Amino acid sequence: MQTVFDIRNLTRVVDGEVLLDGISVSIKSGEILAVVGPSGSGKTSFLRLLNRLDEPTGGEVFFQGKDYRTIPTPFLRQKVGLVFQKPALFPGTVADNIRWGPSQRGEEMTNSQVESLLTQVGLVGFAERKIDNLSGGEAQRVALARTLANSPEILLLDEPTSALDEEKEREIERLLLTTIDQRRLTLVLVTHNLAQARRLATRVMVLNHGKITFLGPKEEALHVKPSFLQ
Amino acid sequence: MLSHLFSSELSLRLVQALLTLTFTLVVLFWAQKKRINLFQEGLQALLRGLAQVVAIGSVLLLVFRGSIWGSILLLFFMILVASRVTARRIRRVEGSFAIAFLGIALGGGLVTFLMTWMGVIDSHPTSLVPVGSMIIANAMNTCSLALERLLSEVETQRSLIEAGLSLGVPAPKVIAPYLERALTASLIPRIDSLRSLGIVWIPGLMAGMILAGTSPVSSALYQFVVIAMIFSVSILSAFISARFLSVRLFSPAHQLLLLPPEKKPFSE
Ligand SMILES: Nc1ncnc2c1ncn2[C@@H]1O[C@H](COP(=O)(O)OP(=O)(O)OP(=O)(O)O)[C@@H](O)[C@H]1O
Ligand SMILES: [Mg+2]
Repeated sequence: MQTVFDIRNLTRVVDGEVLLDGISVSIKSGEILAVVGPSGSGKTSFLRLLNRLDEPTGGEVFFQGKDYRTIPTPFLRQKVGLVFQKPALFPGTVADNIRWGPSQRGEEMTNSQVESLLTQVGLVGFAERKIDNLSGGEAQRVALARTLANSPEILLLDEPTSALDEEKEREIERLLLTTIDQRRLTLVLVTHNLAQARRLATRVMVLNHGKITFLGPKEEALHVKPSFLQ
Repeated sequence: MLSHLFSSELSLRLVQALLTLTFTLVVLFWAQKKRINLFQEGLQALLRGLAQVVAIGSVLLLVFRGSIWGSILLLFFMILVASRVTARRIRRVEGSFAIAFLGIALGGGLVTFLMTWMGVIDSHPTSLVPVGSMIIANAMNTCSLALERLLSEVETQRSLIEAGLSLGVPAPKVIAPYLERALTASLIPRIDSLRSLGIVWIPGLMAGMILAGTSPVSSALYQFVVIAMIFSVSILSAFISARFLSVRLFSPAHQLLLLPPEKKPFSE
């Protein structure tokens, strides 16, 4: 299998505070890697580094075999789609948000392209809704559709179902799996929910204080729980 | 009535200044009684203002007697001070002084030079220094407004800006609407003062010329010239400095560099 991200010794230190400490992992094309760990363990910091919103202070990252610092950042970020923990939507309608990425590059999406994206995230008929009166879960899915509109090759999701109840959560998980499958996407999924990690992921990576404390197939991650809850 | 008692102009002005100072102190004292807590700060500001304005008067006395280089040096000094004042508005940003200085010096310098060269501003120190200082002061005000606004927009909208960046849109494109808004907002006072020119206020320069005996119509025309100059200086200075700030806010890799006011922004 092809490697999408080859991450070696990735480290980020801000003002003497170690956010991530020597992370080494290689992410294979088509896999679903769940990143779990307690609050403040560096999960969001990890995703931000992969999207290169922040700069690593140590280590190396190779994206599709190339040192990612040699890739023009806008191009890298389009390929490595990031959906934030707290979605920040641009003022306007749902459709405005979805068209935003491509239109900044001079590509206009058709109405049916927008509709089909909305279908994929379970928001049929939402195109002309104003973003101000969306629920938290709807806003998260608009953010997901907005990132998908960029046609990324790998998707980084930061707690995508944290604003949903259990029923909605399962529905979104199903939609996610279908989308991933159809688009042959690689997925890095940050979640604090180990059960969700087991349902969706092929591999699990556990972070604690910025370090990897476990990395392996999800079946082995069964033993992880006690240590990571502390 | 004072003018009958004093023959020399300087002693007349001195007495006028003392009387005004006393009157202002009485007002301040009264305000203090009414629980408007200004006395100490107001007194300090008054004395400081008096000292500064007398000092600049003495410097001008020297400069007006000397060559044009004296005036240029004085204006340059004013630009330095103005840049420091403006830089304080964005002191959280590295290189804040350079950002303010570039805007004020390039915008103000360019227009002052062009206007002097075309003969709109008389190159004699008695005209160059006061008009130049007005230009610098206004460049400073507009830059302060534009920079402060841009920075606070970026700070409050940082998650939207990072959302834009994370989608692969280059930093200049992401920041463009915020830049535009900051510039427009910073120019509102300038536009309003042009609009109300002569009706709501008779500006200082015109008042001064009339006091000095120039005909009101020609004073008015010259005042217009200066206000219009100030308008274009303000636009240029604000544009240059805000643009420069917007570049400094991002790394070459399109990463927002500004550290949040309270650290630890991303954990929830
Ligand atoms: N720019 C920054 N400067 C300093 N510290 C930061 C910065 N960004 C994050 N941190 C700190 O780094 C640590 C890791 O944060 P991070 O957001 O990656 O955690 P997380 O695992 O995503 O937590 P959560 O589950 O609560 O979202 C936290 O202690 C956080 O306060
Ligand atoms: Mg997080």
